[in-house]
Amino acid sequence: MAVGAFADRGADLELVGIEKRFPGFTAIENLHLTIPAGSFFALLGPSGCGKTTTLRLVAGLEEPTSGRILIGGEDVTDQKSFQRPVNTVFQSYALFPHMTVLENVAFGLRRRKIGDPVAKAHEALLLVELDHLAHRKPQQLSGGQQQRVALARAIVNRPALLLLDEPLGALDLKLRRQMQLELKTIQEEVGLTFLHVTHDQEEAMTMADTIAVMNKGRIEQMGEPQQLYELPKTAFVANFLGQSNLFTGPVVSTTSSAIAVDVFGQQIVVPLKRAHRVSGEVTIGVRPEKLTLHADAPTHDSSRNVMGPGKVIDVSFSGVSTQYLVAVHGVGTLVVFAQNVAFGPAAQVGAEVWLSWNVDHGFGLDDDPAQAPRFEADLDTRTIAQQRRSSLITELEEA
Amino acid sequence: MKLSLGKWLLPVYSSLALLFLMIPIGYTFIYSFNDSLKSNITWRGFTFDKWLNVCNVQNGAVCQAFGNSLIIGAIATVVATTLGTMIAIAIVRYRFKFRSQTSLFLFLPMATPEVVLGAGLAAQFLSLGVPKDMLTIILAHTMFCISFVVVTVKARVASLDPALEEAGRDLYGSAWQVFARITFPLLLPGILAAALLSFALSFDDFIITNFNSGAVTTFPKYIYISAARGIPAEANVLASAVFILALVVVVTVQVSGAARARRLAKMS
Amino acid sequence: MAFAAFSSTTAPSTDPVARRRSPVALFLLLPGILYLVLFFLTPLVSLLLTSFQAPREFGDIGQYDYAFRWQNYVEVVTTYWPHIVRSFSYALAATFFALLISYPLAYFIGVKARKWPLLQSLMLVLVIAPFFISFLLRTLAWKQLFADESFVVQSLKALSLLGPEAHVTGTAFSVIFGLTYNFIPFMTLPLYTTLERLDVRYLEAGSDLYASPFQVFQKVTIPLSMPGIVAGTLLTFIPAAGDYINAGRDFLGGTGTQMMGNVIEANFLVLQNYPSAAALSIILMTVILVIVSIYVKRSGTEELL
Ligand SMILES: Nc1ncnc2c1ncn2[C@@H]1O[C@H](COP(=O)(O)OP(=O)(O)O)[C@@H](O)[C@H]1O
Ligand SMILES: [Mg+2]
Repeated sequence: MAVGAFADRGADLELVGIEKRFPGFTAIENLHLTIPAGSFFALLGPSGCGKTTTLRLVAGLEEPTSGRILIGGEDVTDQKSFQRPVNTVFQSYALFPHMTVLENVAFGLRRRKIGDPVAKAHEALLLVELDHLAHRKPQQLSGGQQQRVALARAIVNRPALLLLDEPLGALDLKLRRQMQLELKTIQEEVGLTFLHVTHDQEEAMTMADTIAVMNKGRIEQMGEPQQLYELPKTAFVANFLGQSNLFTGPVVSTTSSAIAVDVFGQQIVVPLKRAHRVSGEVTIGVRPEKLTLHADAPTHDSSRNVMGPGKVIDVSFSGVSTQYLVAVHGVGTLVVFAQNVAFGPAAQVGAEVWLSWNVDHGFGLDDDPAQAPRFEADLDTRTIAQQRRSSLITELEEA
Repeated sequence: MKLSLGKWLLPVYSSLALLFLMIPIGYTFIYSFNDSLKSNITWRGFTFDKWLNVCNVQNGAVCQAFGNSLIIGAIATVVATTLGTMIAIAIVRYRFKFRSQTSLFLFLPMATPEVVLGAGLAAQFLSLGVPKDMLTIILAHTMFCISFVVVTVKARVASLDPALEEAGRDLYGSAWQVFARITFPLLLPGILAAALLSFALSFDDFIITNFNSGAVTTFPKYIYISAARGIPAEANVLASAVFILALVVVVTVQVSGAARARRLAKMS
Repeated sequence: MAFAAFSSTTAPSTDPVARRRSPVALFLLLPGILYLVLFFLTPLVSLLLTSFQAPREFGDIGQYDYAFRWQNYVEVVTTYWPHIVRSFSYALAATFFALLISYPLAYFIGVKARKWPLLQSLMLVLVIAPFFISFLLRTLAWKQLFADESFVVQSLKALSLLGPEAHVTGTAFSVIFGLTYNFIPFMTLPLYTTLERLDVRYLEAGSDLYASPFQVFQKVTIPLSMPGIVAGTLLTFIPAAGDYINAGRDFLGGTGTQMMGNVIEANFLVLQNYPSAAALSIILMTVILVIVSIYVKRSGTEELL
């Protein structure tokens, strides 16, 4: 696609076998990724997993060690940054401090000698509802306003592909939620391909059509948000995207529709179509909100898995739901989210309880159980991300 | 009581220290109004004469020297600022072999006493048979200014967010456009500061000049030569005028900077 | 303006990510480096060669030939050892006094005056104000203020604090005084730039952890301002050791206070004894480099260079 023309619609992005090595460190290995035109694609992963590097490669600010980058079918690997039909909303915004908001927005148009840059810049500012501040300097704007200027400065060029590097990271929670909706609306309005990088799983799930979960320079899993949530493929995805209760054990029997796994003496059934591994030692899991608490041992029902007895060791109330931690001998601590449909908790600390869930809600991971952490449920995503990062760092230091 | 003493000690001390710094400046300024004869040592009464007729003594020798200093300062500043800025950008923004050795080498002229720099250059000019004149002074001044420019501009380049230049490239700016429209304007305050510093260093330099000036007289050299038999009040006039001019410029810059900072602080 | 020059000597060494190899680097570096090689490095070599020169046989004054006359060094050391000792001890004393005077001042401007940005900038302007007026005129002003018939000296004599025959100018006191005065701004500015960035929360944390104000100063403030102390002392010591204005006979010095700079100047420009001047310069430079590198190593601030 030639620079000099507006892209009338988004273009596909294709990364083929991308590898990026920095001196002494491989940031990205063997990355394959296809993003269809017009989609809102999120690249989700903990800090340091290579998201920014991926974006910089696409933008042409960094050269891949090997592999090819195609935009709209055209190989742009050897094109310079200013020749690519791609624009970036930088992590730090990178607004030019010596120019007004308007000059910032018109900068790209002027470089490409596109007619009437001022009017087009005003239009873009109207879109982000900041036209009244066009003559201010960036330092005179709040964080949210700066973020919107950065967005306007990029989309005014109608790039075939817009790259957003944690554009909302610096905003407070409320503003972030509001901007998420606005971004999504703007994307639908202008119809460009958005590649959005974030470490916030909630942000990725609200905004994106497709999410790719990235870890240690590799894509762990890619798919629609709901699919990723309901059927995670790896322990990392299961815990980075929401929380999971994971168990490990050998497959003891297989039928035409399900496998049964022995978890410390308790048989847990997982449908065959939801299991990535079907023999040997496997890791299976279930989401905390899918679990039901029982005060007495539930009667046998082939459509439900049962685990217990266990002991409630913690109850924390969080408004809509209550979180219970249940210690089951030999298995570990399970997390249960229960909707607060009635007043008061369903079980007290110290109570003996059983847990059950619909067989169809379980999932089986693709990880080699020897490598997958056995149990990692009692943590929020951020802590997990941090843990991942510190283990990555120690790994690096050892290497 | 003890508390309030502790509270006032530092401000009072600081005011006295600043006052101490001002004493010889005040003396020089006051004696520019002295109705002196040849030497300007004893107070003989107040007059504006010296300010009004600066260039009239000794056939304008003071003004001649002053003019030389201005020319030397201007040329040395332009050359040193250009060369030093180029080096500063290269050091911060590029990798190259011997990078740390280069930094050390650039530091050396600042760690060398001026008398050694002056004598070294003079020895070189002597052995090459180069006659000492205006050019040798300019060559010498440019040399010692470069390192100061590098240090000053380097700080500015290092604080320049590389993402700004990347944003420029991302927004279709070619290498040259990015430099001209983003890098250079953002470095400009640092470059100007470096240029002012160079000029000040060159203008006030005596030690290196003394070794490399031959028969040419600069303003500091004029004062040095005249020190034995007494300095005419006209020298005080010129020095005071420069002082006031510089002070006005710096105060304006500082005050407007502080005001701008306050305006910004109010807004956010 | 001038403070910018010192700020980066104390700036943390930032390593931006965007580093690339490119022929552009060579283009940017070459002219300036070449210039310094021609007008800084080769002069030093030429100085070194000159320092070993021997007088030309049957030659005039000021005529020398390249040789390896290492005796030049022995001669200058035996002749000028008092000047050598004086240079370094005066410079050391001036550095010490300048630090003593500057630290509280820099602390006040950099830490206490933060609440009043305007006051802060005006005080800074006053600190650099001496740069705007000729170094020589300032020194001469002190000479006149300390002259025998001046008000200051007459009063001191009247109060019998000074003997009737005593002088102020021409003494070691006045030379060290002049050096101290002239280099206070060079000391204050780097101190200011580090103290200005000092996070007062460290000091609060110190007092929170039961340190007395003096202990906080000693254990927190001083170590955190070390880069400024090192930069300031170097910027004072190096030029002070090579200075010959303050010690000059027409300024604050006398015959008994001459420093190395004075004898280098006299040998080079008056006596035309180039080898002696060169040998003294080499000695001065070597001693300074040795002192500086030991000092920087010991204070753990190598990254300043
Ligand atoms: N220029 C570089 N040199 C060396 N390592 C780098 C460079 N840029 C990034 N890295 C490393 O690559 C990894 C991925 O970085 P990045 O893509 O910025 O992660 P993030 O997912 O947080 O955006 C990090 O461990 C980082 O330290
Ligand atoms: Mg990042």
